[in-house]
Amino acid sequence: MSDVLAVLEQRDGVVRKVSHEVVTGARRLADALGGSVDALLLAAGAARGADLLGGFGADKVITLIHAAFGSYAPEGYARVIAERVQTAAGRYGAVVFAASATGKDLAPRVAARLGRPLAQDVTDVGAESGAVTVVRPVYAGKALLQLKIVGSPALLSLRPNVFTPVQRPKAGAQESVAGNGPAGRVVVKQIKAADAGTLDVAEAPIIVSGGRGLKEPANFKVLEQLAAAFGGRAAVGASRAVVDAGWRPHADQVGQTGKTVSPTLYVAVGISGAIQHLAGMRTSKVIVAINKDKDAPIFKVADYGIVGDLFEIVPKLAEEIRKLHG
Amino acid sequence: MKIAVCIKRVPDSETRVKIAADGKSLDEAGVKFILNPYDEFAVEEALRRKEQAGAGEVVVIALGPAAAQETIRTALAMGADRGILLQADRLPVDGFEAAKALAAELKNAGFDLILFGKMAIDDSNHQVGPMVAELLDLPCVTTVAHLEIASGKGVAEREIEGGVEVVEFPLPAVLTTDKGLNEPRYPALKGIMAAKKKPLDVKPTALGAGGLEIVALTPPPERPAGKIVGEGAAAVPELVRLLREEAKVL
Ligand SMILES: Cc1cc2nc3c(=O)[nH]c(=O)nc-3n(C[C@H](O)[C@H](O)[C@H](O)COP(=O)(O)OP(=O)(O)OC[C@H]3O[C@@H](n4cnc5c(N)ncnc54)[C@H](O)[C@@H]3O)c2cc1C
Ligand SMILES: Nc1ncnc2c1ncn2[C@@H]1O[C@H](COP(=O)(O)O)[C@@H](O)[C@H]1O
Repeated sequence: MSDVLAVLEQRDGVVRKVSHEVVTGARRLADALGGSVDALLLAAGAARGADLLGGFGADKVITLIHAAFGSYAPEGYARVIAERVQTAAGRYGAVVFAASATGKDLAPRVAARLGRPLAQDVTDVGAESGAVTVVRPVYAGKALLQLKIVGSPALLSLRPNVFTPVQRPKAGAQESVAGNGPAGRVVVKQIKAADAGTLDVAEAPIIVSGGRGLKEPANFKVLEQLAAAFGGRAAVGASRAVVDAGWRPHADQVGQTGKTVSPTLYVAVGISGAIQHLAGMRTSKVIVAINKDKDAPIFKVADYGIVGDLFEIVPKLAEEIRKLHG
Repeated sequence: MKIAVCIKRVPDSETRVKIAADGKSLDEAGVKFILNPYDEFAVEEALRRKEQAGAGEVVVIALGPAAAQETIRTALAMGADRGILLQADRLPVDGFEAAKALAAELKNAGFDLILFGKMAIDDSNHQVGPMVAELLDLPCVTTVAHLEIASGKGVAEREIEGGVEVVEFPLPAVLTTDKGLNEPRYPALKGIMAAKKKPLDVKPTALGAGGLEIVALTPPPERPAGKIVGEGAAAVPELVRLLREEAKVL
């Protein structure tokens, strides 16, 4: 009646980190509903890292194997997930996705197939007399909507970086099933990967973002050096002003028309803090602002600020961080 | 090319959010409404595709209150040929209800392409496009940032974490647009004048209540007042200490 299906992701046969968060959120929901967690992976073969999922709270890990499921096949994935939920005949009280690029594409397809509503990009989950409740930011983060999902199953996707993975001393049961049927009309031909080793801003635990205060594209090197000082845990983000100017790729843009991020640490450098920028990063755990204008609006949301010239402050900060890691 | 674009009337992104007395909705007094910014990319793309093909029709469809006629006129001023308003006074938060109403209108209407924004900036539901595609059993690619179409087939690029997915699909299809796809044009005065005379059908539409019940709409928790650690590079060691010892993020 009230089990939870966690829909996970793999890339190149390796379970993605965001899936640890999905299992963690699904576990929390299953505990509130009094049920167990089935984790579902779609892949072309056994996925690396599936054995770790029990440790995040999956009671059972089911890998659906199909030659065409190595990379995301929107229609085929949606079909088999919807079929699984239907065959379970009411056993699943909730189906949980990641609000990742793939999850946000997949979840509405599954919802429509099941004829059920969907709550995307939620930041909190719970249950109230058997019904799933969620919180999701609306109006670009300027308000929070608390929703009760009527009926079952409840479909939701979880905002990345919000559901901090919790380790439990437990190994989930593993099961492999052969997937069948067509993969669909929409075919992923290729994934053009970004430079190896660069973290995506949507998933990085630390983001160092730069704005027009950097003055010119080449100066982003100081931010890249600061990011590097965090030892592979930081990504470089950007304001729209510098993306529109062509200094940085759109993939790095944070804000209303860019990415919504919730890292543990967000360092805004030479960014004024326009409302549309804040929309994308105000749910970060800790915000640091570096700006030469003490009245810049970014200081209103920052936990810590330094007023001054970024070209003096940022290299010094990189040096101090390197000392910590050294 | 016959192209439909679904457009939504939304509060301007600069809006100060004030919560209404019911504690569940936006107080719309004094709020300026605009065409959803992502839908501008969709309208622009439709116009370019029609211009390229040298023939065709661009139909814009909005589901919303009577005031959404203004939103439709904006798209007509950009160059769309005609508009349809599915008039409903209150939209439920459940995006599936909107998807069902739009799908009913789009069904069997012979569109080669049906375009949506990737999300509406008010509810950020991020779902109506792909839901309509499923209801109509059409292929769908979401968050398209680059598009090529030739002889009944399309290739789209969409951003994913750490890369770009290159996706092939057959037409007719549903696409949702992301920033980067194009640079939307501003309506010229001539377009604004012409828009007044373009056909706009108003169809009263009944919507279901949907399966999402609003418990409350609340302001986000205030971020506790931050502190200015100091000025210039001299403040850096103290910042690092605070990040380690107080915030515990290093
Ligand atoms: C519909 C819409 C959507 C939008 N979406 C987004 C979005 O997704 N993301 C986004 O970021 N913006 C978005 N914007 C744009 C937003 O309104 C701002 O224009 C933009 O964020 C400003 O970028 P910025 O802070 O880099 O530049 P500016 O506002 O020009 O700020 C530069 C800052 O750098 C500081 N500075 C300059 N030199 C130095 C120095 N040497 N040392 C330290 N500090 C220095 C200045 O004091 C200033 O505060 C959107 C706007 C609209 C209308
Ligand atoms: N009420 C509506 N009328 C017309 N189109 C809509 C409506 N709601 C959503 N859409 C379309 O669906 C897209 C995604 O919206 P959403 O799923 O609500 O974030 C929007 O960018 C529009 O193209």
